[in-house]
Amino acid sequence: MFERLGDAVKNRLRSWGEGMVAPEQRPRLTAVARTQNEYGVDPFGFDLDFMLAAVAPFIWLYRHYFRVQTHGIDRVPPGRVLLIANHSGQLPFDGAMIGVALLTEAAPPRAVRSMVEKWVPTLPFISTFMARSGQIVGTPENCRRLLLADEAIMVFPEGARGISKLWSQRYQLQEFGLGFMRLALETGTPIVPIGVVGAEEQAPALLDVKPLAKLLGFPAFPITPTVLPFPLPVKYHLHFGEPMTFQGLPDDEDAELEKKVKAVKNAVQQLVHQGLQERKGVFF
Amino acid sequence: MSLDRPRPAVVVTGISGNLGRTLTKVLHKRERIIGLDRRAFTGRPKDVEMHELDLRKKKAEEVFRKNEVKAVIHQGIMHDPRMSAEEHHSFNVLGTTRLLEYCAKYGVKKLVVLSSANVYGPSPDNSNFLTEDAPLMAASRFSGVRDLIEVDMLAHGFFWRHPQVETVILRPVHIVGPNIKNAPSNYLRLRHPWVMAGFDPMLQLIQVEDAARAMIEALRPGPKGVYNVVGPGEVPLSAVLRELGHTAIPVPHPLARSALNLLFKYRIASFPPPELDHIQYLCAVDGSRWVKDVGWKPSYSMRDTIRSVISDARPG
Repeated sequence: MFERLGDAVKNRLRSWGEGMVAPEQRPRLTAVARTQNEYGVDPFGFDLDFMLAAVAPFIWLYRHYFRVQTHGIDRVPPGRVLLIANHSGQLPFDGAMIGVALLTEAAPPRAVRSMVEKWVPTLPFISTFMARSGQIVGTPENCRRLLLADEAIMVFPEGARGISKLWSQRYQLQEFGLGFMRLALETGTPIVPIGVVGAEEQAPALLDVKPLAKLLGFPAFPITPTVLPFPLPVKYHLHFGEPMTFQGLPDDEDAELEKKVKAVKNAVQQLVHQGLQERKGVFF
Repeated sequence: MSLDRPRPAVVVTGISGNLGRTLTKVLHKRERIIGLDRRAFTGRPKDVEMHELDLRKKKAEEVFRKNEVKAVIHQGIMHDPRMSAEEHHSFNVLGTTRLLEYCAKYGVKKLVVLSSANVYGPSPDNSNFLTEDAPLMAASRFSGVRDLIEVDMLAHGFFWRHPQVETVILRPVHIVGPNIKNAPSNYLRLRHPWVMAGFDPMLQLIQVEDAARAMIEALRPGPKGVYNVVGPGEVPLSAVLRELGHTAIPVPHPLARSALNLLFKYRIASFPPPELDHIQYLCAVDGSRWVKDVGWKPSYSMRDTIRSVISDARPG
């Protein structure tokens, strides 16, 4: 009984989602290249049917709530690519919006796969939701494997440092991890920098209750004007930069890698600045 | 110099189990088999020589002294959660140690040791596909698999110390089949199995005949070292249960753990509580090395592999 109910909900969600997508993009959505078996999943547990249903509420947020505007999405090359963006907003709607953008506005549509924190698989329901919609635990092996399979991978090199930062640090990029650069060099993957503008204002964190975060095993426990980090209807701008390719040894010294990472960080920072200058207001 | 001198033999340990019998059915047509097991081999083909003995006893060495043994398939790893830990450990670890000694001493050319992909252990921070060099972490959460890991490591040490013996360590995924009585098969035969509410890990299963075929493939000259052996692929636990027509009962995981602890303690349930990790977290492996080195292709499809748990007949 639950299965039938589940299927009905899934189909409703899916047609709702597809209704919000431009007509010429619709048939291509279902043609997102996948290697799925007779049970509808790829080896990582990604289920395209599930994802197209699950993504519907996010398409609604994309169109009507955050009213996302993309700039230069055609710069994302076909084949393997690392999408490197700034991370903010307490809850990862920035990742979801980049995902929806690539799915509904890129030609051809791309199903972006992002690397999730290692505590996600310990969470009931969320772990399954993430796996079926194509999100993978962020180990280097997983990332390497997906890049070699020519997937588009989204990475927030600031990680929790970025998403959990306080209002006073808005639009200041935090320290970037080096891991993504090693993988890019090893697999010859181009990097597309993305500047996300708007997410920073969706849930301004006034303070972070660290003991509570520790108790719950969360990376942070922010207190926002809405108390819980419920996002405000800010306007999102996604600025895609030119693809960057790097040469060098993946196991080079950290200092060498840092230089290359710095170049990516600067590119992201520049896109953010550009976005801040160009936007008319936070909500419009 | 006589012409009727017997051919060099393949020694198979643990031959009387379901996997051993499945293996024998195919292998005895090609090779002279000597079976070693403490249990009797019911329905043994006439051309299979059988010794009911314990590997730890001196009598086992006589088999090697009196016969020319060219290869050994060791699947003597007993796993019975109800047996005392000491007896378990002694049988598995001492038995394997003795067997490895005989292999070195009597010039065995090929040694195939059956380990399991369970040696890696399910864990929330596992990569989706573990390669052969991943650490063997299973015992950190479940001491019941300690023997299995130790046997795997003994074989691994032997592989490095005795390069003249071509040693193959196979780590197949969950072996399932109509008569197989291991934890995954038993679990999948439950009409109303517990599942961890909100968790639906990807499973890898291999049909028992395919597992037997893999051991036979390993006998060919060439392959050596550690190999993960994967069946027809990966599938969510929920899809497996649906395929089998079972009705899953979702139980919140903290509750499931304490309840199973109690049920196991009072012998109402036969599943050791740490086995719950397998239906909560991922323990999937990358079998590409085996595919590359022997051109491995399982003969059972995913659907047939799953269905074989409950039925003997191979569907259409």
